Amino acid sequence: MENTTTASQKVKEIDVNKPKFTVKEFKRQWVLVVIGAVYVIYGIIFYYLPLVGWIMAFQNFVYADGIFKSKWVGFDKFRFLFSDDQFIMVIRNTFAMGVLNLVFSTVFAIGFAILLNEVRTKWFKKTIQTISYMPHFLSWIIVTAIVHDALTSTGIINELLLKFGIVEQAYPFLMKPGWFWPIVTFSHLWKETGWNAIIYLAAITSIDPCLYESAAIDGAGRFQKIRYVTIPGIRPTIMILLLMNMGNVLNAGFEIQYLLGNGILQDVARTIDIYILKWSLEGRIMDFSLGTAAGIFKTVVSMTFIVVSNYIAKKRGDERLF
Amino acid sequence: MAEEVELKVRHRKKIAAEDLIFYIINTIIMVLFAIVTLYPVLNTLAYSFNEGNDAVRGGIHLWPRAFSTRNYEEIIFERKSIMQGLWVTVGRTLLGTVTSLAANALLSFILSRKKFLFKSSLSLFWIITMYANGGMIPILILYRYLHLTSSFWVYIVPGLVSAFNVMVMRTYMQGIPDSLEEAAQLEGAGYMTVFVKIITPLCMPVYATIALFVAVGHWNSWFDAMLYNRFDPQYTTLQYELRKLLDSVSASTGGQQAGTSATASSAATITPVTVRAAATIFTMAPIIALYPFLQRYFVTGLTIGGVKE
Repeated sequence: MENTTTASQKVKEIDVNKPKFTVKEFKRQWVLVVIGAVYVIYGIIFYYLPLVGWIMAFQNFVYADGIFKSKWVGFDKFRFLFSDDQFIMVIRNTFAMGVLNLVFSTVFAIGFAILLNEVRTKWFKKTIQTISYMPHFLSWIIVTAIVHDALTSTGIINELLLKFGIVEQAYPFLMKPGWFWPIVTFSHLWKETGWNAIIYLAAITSIDPCLYESAAIDGAGRFQKIRYVTIPGIRPTIMILLLMNMGNVLNAGFEIQYLLGNGILQDVARTIDIYILKWSLEGRIMDFSLGTAAGIFKTVVSMTFIVVSNYIAKKRGDERLF
Repeated sequence: MAEEVELKVRHRKKIAAEDLIFYIINTIIMVLFAIVTLYPVLNTLAYSFNEGNDAVRGGIHLWPRAFSTRNYEEIIFERKSIMQGLWVTVGRTLLGTVTSLAANALLSFILSRKKFLFKSSLSLFWIITMYANGGMIPILILYRYLHLTSSFWVYIVPGLVSAFNVMVMRTYMQGIPDSLEEAAQLEGAGYMTVFVKIITPLCMPVYATIALFVAVGHWNSWFDAMLYNRFDPQYTTLQYELRKLLDSVSASTGGQQAGTSATASSAATITPVTVRAAATIFTMAPIIALYPFLQRYFVTGLTIGGVKE
């Protein structure tokens, strides 16, 4: 008996991070406890109460009646969602644009970081980098305006296409559903490539220079060094960022799609969030319950993505989030 | 022997030539990248200073063809809603940044105290908020019940604490040696004194970074104005006004293309294209102007604690 208590005490002593709970210690740090309590109340109101609002998805929610008096309808709203062709379509759109985004932005950011790292002239490198992440700080409204202007009939893209004789008449990019996903992907690349590259650049600079030297002694050329030293060196960073972004695949689809989409494009442009907006706020009947149900679907799928990708990373022995 | 040396020299020359080609190609790629990034912005700038009717012909690139400041005059003096949006945006950016910075810093402070009894449970409580999201509609309903909609405070109160920013700040604060805190406490300083007098002065770099992120977020936001204050023009924001302006323009040009709109073509001296360019530049100007001075903070923010939470 005595043995076990000393053993557990020892464990507690080793685990410095875990402070021991005593009344004295509690009294000593009551300030921290009070502040912490205020933050818990705030967090419950603004982050956890909306989760309680999920019960609206199982009701026919009427604002005047509130959560307690609205009629219960069970899974009717979900049944409606999954029998609605529109909803299936917005899932496809959100998912497709999210994946395109994730793949291309990762590849471009890594590529840009590697190429920028090869630039030897300091001022040139700095200038390019400064320019490269400027668009990150512009709002999507501005980016959409810029993209819109570049692609109109008098925009620069059509001007170049006409000049080089690739097209004979200005091509209406923004009226062609087939072009919408590439345009959205490119807009993301334009806005975020330089910014995303910062983390990879930091990771590249933290690679031990000895590795490059020994690779050079072994006769590795520039591309071999990139292939066998740089990329394995930033692999943990790539994995962490992929994991973090995996959960955001469904979140990445709102602003530009909403701002750039139009009637002709709605079959490819509408995403889950736009669907929620249309049904819950812009329709004739404002169906809050349906919007909530669609939101639940989105959150649950996002969290599943994170857990699954984390599990896979764990299995493969890569970096993981938690 | 001599042959071997010659081979080596030739090999080295070949590598040097390859290097040169690589550098040239790489430089070209980088310059192209810069052009693709800058051109659209400079083009918008040129349009914003061009006379309206002249701009309809297109073909303006980096310099206005018929110089005019009329577009800016219209934005600033004639469009009341844009100025109203500007004041709201300035107000929310200033107030929102200060309050949110204080709220994030204080939470980071208590989470980074090694002796805090509820450190790990409170951390978990906030980390969960990064992933479990109630969704647009439940949040909207909640804000209505809290009377946050149709009010300025919806821009300030809900965004006070951001778990991500807190994690970045906490990581930074954990790097500050405990001995400083212990020494102060021996002198009789309480936790709040330690926070204000010892931790805060040492955390200025991370405070600056977080403040800038929050400020840019406030400056650029429009969706909250649309969602919560759509029917309250006194709480509109600059970006949302820009959005409305751009939207009305694209609707009218769409009509022109279909050959249905007679009103749009009868517009007076200024075509909307240049006005919208002016509004776009007007909206991005503060960020572009401050950006060169602040960019080092932007970058440190990512490397401080952002890579690995």
